[in-house]
Amino acid sequence: MSTIYILWLRQVKKYFRAKSRIIGSLGQPLLFLLVFGFGFGAIFQQAGQGNYLQFLTSGIIMMSVLFTAIFSGIDLIWDKQFGFLKETMVAPVPRWQIMLGKTVGGATVASIQGVIVFVLALFVGFKISDPLMLPVALLFIILIALLFTSLGVAIASIIEDMQGFQLIMNFMVMPIFFLSGALFPLQGLPTALEVVTRIDPLTYGVDGIRSALGGVGSFGMGMDMMVIVIVAVIFLGVGTYLFEKIQA
Amino acid sequence: MVSNVKDTNIISISGLTKRFKNFAAVDNISFDVKKGEIFAFLGPNGAGKSTTIKMLTTLLEPTSGSVTINGHDPKNNKDAVRKSFGIVFQDPSLDIDMTALENLQYHAVLFKVPADIRKKRIEELLRFVELWDRKNDMVKTFSGGMKRRLEMARGLLHHPKIIFLDEPTLGLDPQTRNHIWNYLLEINQKEGMTIFFSTHYMEEAEKVAQRIAIIDHGRIVAIGSTAELEEKTKTATLEEAYIALTGSVIREEQVNGSDRMRLMGRMMGRN
Repeated sequence: MSTIYILWLRQVKKYFRAKSRIIGSLGQPLLFLLVFGFGFGAIFQQAGQGNYLQFLTSGIIMMSVLFTAIFSGIDLIWDKQFGFLKETMVAPVPRWQIMLGKTVGGATVASIQGVIVFVLALFVGFKISDPLMLPVALLFIILIALLFTSLGVAIASIIEDMQGFQLIMNFMVMPIFFLSGALFPLQGLPTALEVVTRIDPLTYGVDGIRSALGGVGSFGMGMDMMVIVIVAVIFLGVGTYLFEKIQA
Repeated sequence: MVSNVKDTNIISISGLTKRFKNFAAVDNISFDVKKGEIFAFLGPNGAGKSTTIKMLTTLLEPTSGSVTINGHDPKNNKDAVRKSFGIVFQDPSLDIDMTALENLQYHAVLFKVPADIRKKRIEELLRFVELWDRKNDMVKTFSGGMKRRLEMARGLLHHPKIIFLDEPTLGLDPQTRNHIWNYLLEINQKEGMTIFFSTHYMEEAEKVAQRIAIIDHGRIVAIGSTAELEEKTKTATLEEAYIALTGSVIREEQVNGSDRMRLMGRMMGRN
């Protein structure tokens, strides 16, 4: 337990110390909310889908969680390159605890980031319909954060340096975001696209938090929750497996 | 200096081999280190020193052969092995975005230093390496020598039976080197801690090591005290003995450009 705690603490401490990074990482979601929210607002309304900002906010919260979670997992590569990982690896503790501490720490940071974006959205004009559902929305944020931090750790376990980073960004992270229904409704899509959106785990996170925050969901929150939990457990397992195989 | 060496082996290595594809980085080496001994592990760059140390410290799985550390086998009892040693790596391994104190707290928790003595022990060691005044400073503000001293403190924090030092004094000025060795020898005397170190400074090995093993091309080419090595090679100093055994000057000239490139690639790829 203390192992997991100290790894968590390190991650959270470093997050709060890098103030400029926190502010920097809020620029993108804010830009998306303002530009897309108001830019596409009129068309969305005309198409009979209601207020776009109400729709978009859930997607942008999850975008923020996705990016922060993946990066918090992947920054394991820095530990690898700067040698700090070796120090952790010679410690007499099971590696799954190290992996879990790292993941929970990264997920905490990503969840905080998601909550900050939610608060920003309130300032921009987002309205919640039922405050009692906020804990459910938070639960979705936390689960998605855990899911993608484990994925980040899994990736960092098998790649050696940051050179593959661009590849991961363009061929994995961006598609996960764009194909999740964060920006557009999932109804009436071409079949191929529909299939892909159903495979994307973020789809269920966006759908779940959208329902919880008062919007219209496609799958129902129970279903969303179930899919996310199952995928998160699988990713945690894969991440742990790959992490245990790292040789320094 | 009173010798603190006991008659039991704390490290036993037998037939240890590590292959990377077709290249044997460590090729069937065998030797023992006694409890309390100060043991130097010498060899040219790329000879297999760091690979050996990684296998002894559970960071790398051997291809074949066996190792016993403090009575435990790293193959099936990694945690018992890990509790037995401290290590100072060749490359820096501190988190530079944490303070000196935080780096040690992290280590103390991971190495299960009991919570009630943790604070005292950390203070003791930070004072020992003369960094107590800087305990709340970020490690990124530290000089190379200060970082090394902090790593030393960290390696000693959990009272290890053995300390592995992979070129611990590389790039340090003589004052700092002296300082560091004084700490280490004091603990060796007081607690009987075994010291296993690699270095390129022959006078360092000559001065402190009770026994020396020389590795080249992944094989042990000689092992013994400085006097024994000098006698074996009919030379007058350890440095001469070392060159007689590894012949680095002549070999370097024979290495052609593409060999050197390959060696570089191997070194960079592995470390």
